[in-house]
Amino acid sequence: MTAQELPISGDADVVRVRQAVRAAAVQAKLSLVDQTKLVTAASELARNTLTYGGGGGALVEQVDNGLRKGVKAVFRDKGPGIADVAQALTDGFTSGSGMGLGLGGARRLVDEFAIETAPGDGTTVTVVKWAR
Amino acid sequence: MTSEPFGDLIDRCRAAEDDLVRRWRADVAASLRGRISEIELDKELREILDAVLSAVASADGADTRSAAYGEVRALLVDLSRGRALQGFSPRETAISVFALKKAVRDSVGTGPEFTAFSDVIDELGLFTFESYAKTREEVISNQAEQLLELATPVVKLWQGVVALPLVGTLDSARAQVVMEKLLQTLVDTGSEYAIIDITGVPAVDTQVAQHLLKTIVAARLMGAECIISGIRPQIAQTIVALGIEFGDIATKATLADALLLALGRIGVDVTAEMSKRGL
Repeated sequence: MTAQELPISGDADVVRVRQAVRAAAVQAKLSLVDQTKLVTAASELARNTLTYGGGGGALVEQVDNGLRKGVKAVFRDKGPGIADVAQALTDGFTSGSGMGLGLGGARRLVDEFAIETAPGDGTTVTVVKWAR
Repeated sequence: MTSEPFGDLIDRCRAAEDDLVRRWRADVAASLRGRISEIELDKELREILDAVLSAVASADGADTRSAAYGEVRALLVDLSRGRALQGFSPRETAISVFALKKAVRDSVGTGPEFTAFSDVIDELGLFTFESYAKTREEVISNQAEQLLELATPVVKLWQGVVALPLVGTLDSARAQVVMEKLLQTLVDTGSEYAIIDITGVPAVDTQVAQHLLKTIVAARLMGAECIISGIRPQIAQTIVALGIEFGDIATKATLADALLLALGRIGVDVTAEMSKRGL
């Protein structure tokens, strides 16, 4: 499967991203637990893109590091960005009305987590989950 | 009487009607690949052709919105409705009209009046497509309504115990419907225990958890206890990794366990019966 680019501009798109990630995770032969973890992380990040980033896009692709297969998902928005990443990753902190667990929780659910952001410059979150 | 822009085209079409219908039917049938019988199609197309020729021959022949086209429009609405409900694609529906143009060109030949006739067919084609889309929208909105109703059944399991099996994605709109339905059922049945079963929820993220917790707090305010059941191993691990805490809310792996817990709490003793059956 090649990379799949999906727009995120409404609740229905979050569901679509989740389905795409699940399909990719199944193809990469992730275990059921890892599939669920990755799908949940994708759900959190896609919703963040929508709620805090004002919409954007997701890129879902299968990756291969020679030893293992995995799934990479990149979430991009052109929103206000995050001023204090450490604070945003703290459990219980939210600038909206959520539980404040999404971003930090997503980081714990995946194997690789990278966040690129600057105030006024949008946010890009990249996650990778490897098959065991 | 034949109106000016069409010249003697109508008369020539009338004279070649059988050949025209044959060509038209062949084109349409090829695209429908046998899903409508030839006889049915023949009847349908003959009716439309007859109505179109009569309308074009009338005084308002060039204006497809005029009263003269009333019958044509009715037939086309029937056709597009039928096609949409039977699941034909937009292309397969539109070709039924547009193929007439080719049939006329091949059978009667082109001339200066063909352009005017072609315009009429284009208009009718667009009209057909509009009514096709409208029917499809009706089908979709009906399904969406049915889904929302389907998605939120609250069932009584025992005197004082109701269950709410959740299936699918729990977004904000559905969570609201679910909460309202549960709270109303608690009042209507006078139940003290509600089991929320999430076996059918594919992913429990923070938004789903938040909706669940809000529903449970609301139920508590009304004096009812909630038990969450249907937590599969992968969901349990995900919830832990996310850091969601359900606090003192009782959770069980299966609906059966949750029911047993609820029955125990309202003082129904089922242990004896179960041990007799070797459970």
